[in-house]
Amino acid sequence: MEAQQYRKLWWDIILATLSFSVIPLFILGGVIYHQFSVSYTAKIMENMKTLAENRASSIDLFLEERISQLTGLANTNSLQQLQNEDYLNRVFNIIQTRSKSFLDLGVIGEDGNHLAYVGPYYSILKNVNYRDETWFHEVMATGVYVSDVFLGFRKVPHFIIAVLVREKNRSWILRATIDSDIIDNIVRAAWVGKRGEAFIINRENVLQTTPRFGGKVMEPPNAPDFAAATGTVVEELDFRGETFLFATSIIKLRKWVLVIREAPTEELTPLLQARFLAALIGLGGVVLITIGAYFTTRAMMKELQRMERKKAASDEVAMQSSKMAALGKMAAGIAHEINNPLAVISEKAGWMKDLLGMEDVVQSENLQELAEAVNKIEYHVVRAKTVTHRLLGFARRMEPLTERVNINTVLDESIDFLENEARYRNIDIQTNYAPDLALTTTDQSQLQQVFLNIINNAIDAIGKDGEININTKASTRKNEISVEISDNGPGMSKEVLQKIFDPFFTTKEVGKGTGLGLSISYSIIEKLGGRIMVASEEGKGTTFTIYLPVR
Amino acid sequence: MEKFKMLIVDDELDFLETILKRLKARKIEAAGVESGYQALAFMDDQDVDVVILDVKMPGMDGIETLREIKKKKPLVEVIMLTGHASVESGIQGMQLGAFDYVMKPVALDELLEKVRQAYERKLIQEGKA
Repeated sequence: MEAQQYRKLWWDIILATLSFSVIPLFILGGVIYHQFSVSYTAKIMENMKTLAENRASSIDLFLEERISQLTGLANTNSLQQLQNEDYLNRVFNIIQTRSKSFLDLGVIGEDGNHLAYVGPYYSILKNVNYRDETWFHEVMATGVYVSDVFLGFRKVPHFIIAVLVREKNRSWILRATIDSDIIDNIVRAAWVGKRGEAFIINRENVLQTTPRFGGKVMEPPNAPDFAAATGTVVEELDFRGETFLFATSIIKLRKWVLVIREAPTEELTPLLQARFLAALIGLGGVVLITIGAYFTTRAMMKELQRMERKKAASDEVAMQSSKMAALGKMAAGIAHEINNPLAVISEKAGWMKDLLGMEDVVQSENLQELAEAVNKIEYHVVRAKTVTHRLLGFARRMEPLTERVNINTVLDESIDFLENEARYRNIDIQTNYAPDLALTTTDQSQLQQVFLNIINNAIDAIGKDGEININTKASTRKNEISVEISDNGPGMSKEVLQKIFDPFFTTKEVGKGTGLGLSISYSIIEKLGGRIMVASEEGKGTTFTIYLPVR
Repeated sequence: MEKFKMLIVDDELDFLETILKRLKARKIEAAGVESGYQALAFMDDQDVDVVILDVKMPGMDGIETLREIKKKKPLVEVIMLTGHASVESGIQGMQLGAFDYVMKPVALDELLEKVRQAYERKLIQEGKA
């Protein structure tokens, strides 16, 4: 397989593994976070809503109590009694012992003039006429009136409650000033956490209580305009670049709006923590999966490549041997067909030689010429015989065999094959055999293929002018034979050395080497129970050592 | 003058004739036939010490002839001669009791050396018998 295809397969596997693990991880994380976020936000909003409603109804309750106190006072006492400022003062004191929120108390007639007044601003307020005031008309029309907060003469935030009393054919008004501090206190209870805010605005978006951060009573609040709110609502709004949760609730008696503001960054901290944790776990998961996918894929690809390599080598061995078997058959046929005529020629030449020794022929003046001719014929018969025998040897080698083999002989045969090539390139092949080398049972033909490969490589490596040394040694201790084939060629770098037994690796020109010779040699030697080693030094040469077991 | 009698069996007439002539020139008693059948027939009539037998012949081939010879006269030594040195036929021949096998073309002196060795073995075998 091509390197490109490997890379593509590699990426395919990695991407498939990643997408099938990362996508579910993200979906799971996303869904869980979303669910958590939705329910958590809902809970916070619910809390705010409850708080807002709770505070608003507390204020309503407070106002209601004050109104009923006044109504009760007005209806249990006659105008006659209350017109008496001493009496009124007594009543005021009684009320004040129960509730400090009453600042003053006034009785006002139909004409808008004070009939009686008790309170700290007696001199100023006693003579004020209220006939033209809005609240006066309102109370005359509706019977009960609660004012917005104002500072008045006192410079203290307060508001008034007025109730209309009808007595026989005349009406009068009981008016009380209420310190709004109480309302401030009720609202303040809704200041949640460090950044929580709560205040009341009227319908003109004017503050009725002192807010926690910035702004004063009677001023517009530092918040969006909620003056038009109609009920209890919780919403998330952007205000001056920040996102806040706002809850509004209506104070029914005065149509005021209670506004509660919370910073989501504070309230939603657990949610943010959850998000951070989810992101962290997700990221960790992705990293783990990626590492896992990388290593799994790498292992898989390695195994795949190893198997592919093994297969390529064994395919090549099989192809090579079937090719050789066919060649072998042909060679055997040719050899046989030539050997028979050669035998006849040889016999005829032998007979001629016999005849030349006879007395009558010895006299011939051409005896010398004839003898030489016959010798030449015999010489060339022997030459032809060498060729046919080699062919037959080649044919025989194709048959898978285990035979008793003399390694030295096999080497000699191999050198025979390559001697011409070596001589042509001026390469000297030196042999130094162990004379008493034990015979070993092995496959001679395959062994020869290995020797041919290695010697041929040595010749190619040297190129021209060099020396190849072939030594055999017997190691009785290890019971093995070693064959050392070394050349004085250019040698190999470490990188090349690492790859030389890989199939399809070649340093020869394109088309010259298949890159299979050494890989086949390696598998053959392995199959024969031996080992093949290589040592090389750049500029000095290369030495192949083959160890074969003696058996 | 050698003491042994040879029989050459080969379908290649040129080869057969020439080798017989050369043996005669060396004063060796030798006869030649062209096929396995003839060889068996010849051996019915005459005594032979060593047979040179071509492996590849039309009709009855060398291996079959060898088998028949060994059946009839187990003590006769046979040297297989072949142009096709396939190892099987060689090994088979040896298993069937051939003395050796020689590949064509072979120098006559080499062949004669083998024949002498074969004859010696025959003498030893006869001595035992």
